[in-house]
Amino acid sequence: MPRDEAGILSEIKRDFILRRLKEGKRGDGRKPDEYREISITPNYVPRSPGSAMVCLGKTKVVAGIKVEAGEPFPDTPNQGVLTTNVELLPMAFPTFEAGPPNDTSIEIARVVDRGIRESKMIDIESLVIEPAKKVWIVFVDIDVIDFDGNLIDACTLGVLAALKSTIVPGSKEGGKDFPLPIRNTPVAVTMVKIGDTLVADPDLEEEQLSSARITVSTTEDGHIRAMQKGDVGEFSMEEIRKAINMSSNLGKAIREKYFK
Amino acid sequence: MVKTREIVFPGDIVQAEGTKPRNGTYRNSDGTYSSCYFGTVQVSEQFLDVVPFSGIYMPRRGDKVIGKIIDVGPSMWVIDINSAYNTLLHINDTPWRVNPGDLKRFLGVGDYVYAKIMSVNEIRESWVTLKDVGLRKMEGGHITSIAAPKIPRIIGKGGSMVNMIKDATSTRIVVGQNGLIWIDGAPENVMVAISAIRMVEEEAHTTGLTDRMQKYLEEKKGEIVGNSE
Repeated sequence: MPRDEAGILSEIKRDFILRRLKEGKRGDGRKPDEYREISITPNYVPRSPGSAMVCLGKTKVVAGIKVEAGEPFPDTPNQGVLTTNVELLPMAFPTFEAGPPNDTSIEIARVVDRGIRESKMIDIESLVIEPAKKVWIVFVDIDVIDFDGNLIDACTLGVLAALKSTIVPGSKEGGKDFPLPIRNTPVAVTMVKIGDTLVADPDLEEEQLSSARITVSTTEDGHIRAMQKGDVGEFSMEEIRKAINMSSNLGKAIREKYFK
Repeated sequence: MVKTREIVFPGDIVQAEGTKPRNGTYRNSDGTYSSCYFGTVQVSEQFLDVVPFSGIYMPRRGDKVIGKIIDVGPSMWVIDINSAYNTLLHINDTPWRVNPGDLKRFLGVGDYVYAKIMSVNEIRESWVTLKDVGLRKMEGGHITSIAAPKIPRIIGKGGSMVNMIKDATSTRIVVGQNGLIWIDGAPENVMVAISAIRMVEEEAHTTGLTDRMQKYLEEKKGEIVGNSE
């Protein structure tokens, strides 16, 4: 991630975090499988069909949904279209620059997109107005307002809350307005490996310290819907199993608390 | 007339009997003074200051700050002092005999130093020195940061607040004027000290904070482990 003055992890903080991890605790006092405080505000942008703001510790993102009628892709004439985009606003962090999306924002957008798409969270088959001619296109836009690590989870939570509050403007196409058809809740949980320890919901300092990252998205039926490994380090089979376990437990807890 | 702890907006007229407006104020053309910031008024015996609620640190000569080395040059280090401007440390301003080109042996990227601001020029370039009592490279411990305008509250009258936190948590604390705070001790104690500092930051604009802090530290006594190391 960021590598410049704000991105340089100090030796003092590195030592402190490593020393704490040896005792099974984290630099900010959390347990290895503990999330920071989550707050979700659905319908944050009243003028949009669906939106939400999510604070994950100091990380802050706003997700907005736009639903418009348009042409489907030629190979999927009987399906609506879903596109996801993540914008890293320059005000969020000193190293974020304006301009076309970079590797980081593309990766985040794709991991978030995959979790939602592969879990079949949105019933896109029902978003067809006229097969092969007109379907509903769901634009998901995520703006990162403040960055303190773990954007993937924050963005996913934002999109989940926003999609659940989305109303499709059917009246514009001669029908009735209806809520977006939602089937399940795929929660993404990101973990990083620091030394030999796996910690969930890494903050900025832990992300800088980590050697490898893994994101697992699970749904309420316990199925793994998407996985993404990042950074250069490696995971053993044992660690992958542990990550999946951790993810399904944490996902369950988050779903029960915030998406009941 | 304004009173201590009154909240003012930028442009609000601030004056109090027998005091001279000082930091955070500007003079209007009709001779009155206005606040520069959204913050609170502090009236002392002679002066009236406006303390902003938030804001970044601006280097001032004589301030002792904590900074992070972000670059090493052939004869100087570039230091991030939590401000809009970086500052520089020349090899001649250190207590060590450094050969040019051999700077990394003493301070590398990511190290913290406790340094004094020696000079600030018109374009806010500043130079720091390590040649004074107590100035040094930071070893061990942990760093936390708060908004720079709230540093005086952390220190308290004559250092009363910071000393109370130090004693209660048996940690060593160094407070930089730029909002960075270095804390050393057993990790549990460091966490308690950080939570106490967070509390001061959140309630910096209220009165009777010292008493509440005393109570808070009393409650946290159970979490403190023996002496450090």
